[in-house]
Amino acid sequence: MVNKNELENINRISGTDVKKCMKCGKCSGRCPAFTEMDIKPHQFVSYLAQGKLDKLLNSKAIWNCLSCMACVERCPRGVAPANVIEAVRDTVARMQGKDGISANDIPPIVEELLPQQLLVSAFRKYKK
Amino acid sequence: MKINYFPGCTLKTQAVELDKYARASAKALGVEMEEIKDWQCCGGVYPIAKDEIATKLSAVRALDYAKHNGGMLLTLCSACHNVIKRVNDDMANDKEINSKANNYMKLDEPYNGETKVIHYIEMLRDMVGFDKIKQAVKNPLNKKVGAYYGCLLLRPSSVMAFDNPENPKVLEDFISAIGGTPIKYPFRNECCGAYVKIKNPDLAEQKSKNVIKNAKSFGIEVIVTACPLCYYNLKKVANGEIEVKYITEVLAEALGVKE
Ligand code: SF4
Ligand code: SF4
Repeated sequence: MVNKNELENINRISGTDVKKCMKCGKCSGRCPAFTEMDIKPHQFVSYLAQGKLDKLLNSKAIWNCLSCMACVERCPRGVAPANVIEAVRDTVARMQGKDGISANDIPPIVEELLPQQLLVSAFRKYKK
Repeated sequence: MKINYFPGCTLKTQAVELDKYARASAKALGVEMEEIKDWQCCGGVYPIAKDEIATKLSAVRALDYAKHNGGMLLTLCSACHNVIKRVNDDMANDKEINSKANNYMKLDEPYNGETKVIHYIEMLRDMVGFDKIKQAVKNPLNKKVGAYYGCLLLRPSSVMAFDNPENPKVLEDFISAIGGTPIKYPFRNECCGAYVKIKNPDLAEQKSKNVIKNAKSFGIEVIVTACPLCYYNLKKVANGEIEVKYITEVLAEALGVKE
């Protein structure tokens, strides 16, 4: 069942108009994370337009998108697939217990040269 | 010439060289970088969602301070630059973000994106001039150098307006000015893997390896970047086969101000 509020909210906070998409696939063709995206960038756009919320909320791709903005740069229709992905990721991360990382994941990976920027960025992206 | 400067958290810790050599080089070129008061971490990544307000406020604070102190804000870390410039664009062009942020901040007068955000490389090009830098060089770089732009300086180009996002040249011009031989290689504006390093390290490593491999195949000896995270990701997989340096380190060497 589609939760209308949630759908509307994802559309709104993405700040992009998915109905403008002409399904050319350029965004996915340019995506450097393509192989790790179970739902491809152009599908985020079309699934949102079709209201396929369950698929979006359960995707693994939201954790693999690099926010590199290459898809946004290449879209000939001014659509921003990266914004849709972030809107979905934020929606999931804001749910109780659905964060992409936890503080316990950090100590094992901390090493001498690891920049603060990496931790700050990962927490901003994966945890709400 | 004095300019407000936002260093950012990583330049105070892991990337002190990026900061130190920037200041020394700027000084040698007649620019004094004045660290702004009470700056806070930019957050590392621009919060894209329209309802993210609190996460944009540290950038607004820095921007508002700069507005009342000369109107310009200098950045150096590519991530800080990306975040601050994009938040500035929101404050100028997104009514809802503007009004929510202003309501929250309760400034004497609202902040509407008045400050000009300028990256260190843009400062070198537009305020100092690459010609003047060329004349000031004492030790020409004399190496095959690959500029690494990554994502943050270039995209989204509608906001960043840094250079042509598909075929940039400002860093190559900079490399020429300090006596290096710039080599253009296709992966110079590909992502290094960024923060995905934490969630999916294999994917991130594959991305940075692609950059290194591509640069090597073009005979590049040194890769230069302005981003501490790109620096980290690239250096980790470079295995000493290719040098990875900050743009300010090669500049300080060329100007003869590297201690
Ligand atoms: S922002 Fe995400 S979806 Fe878009 S091209 Fe980059 S990795 Fe792919
Ligand atoms: S590039 Fe733009 S128009 Fe083409 S499929 Fe992707 S979102 Fe749709």
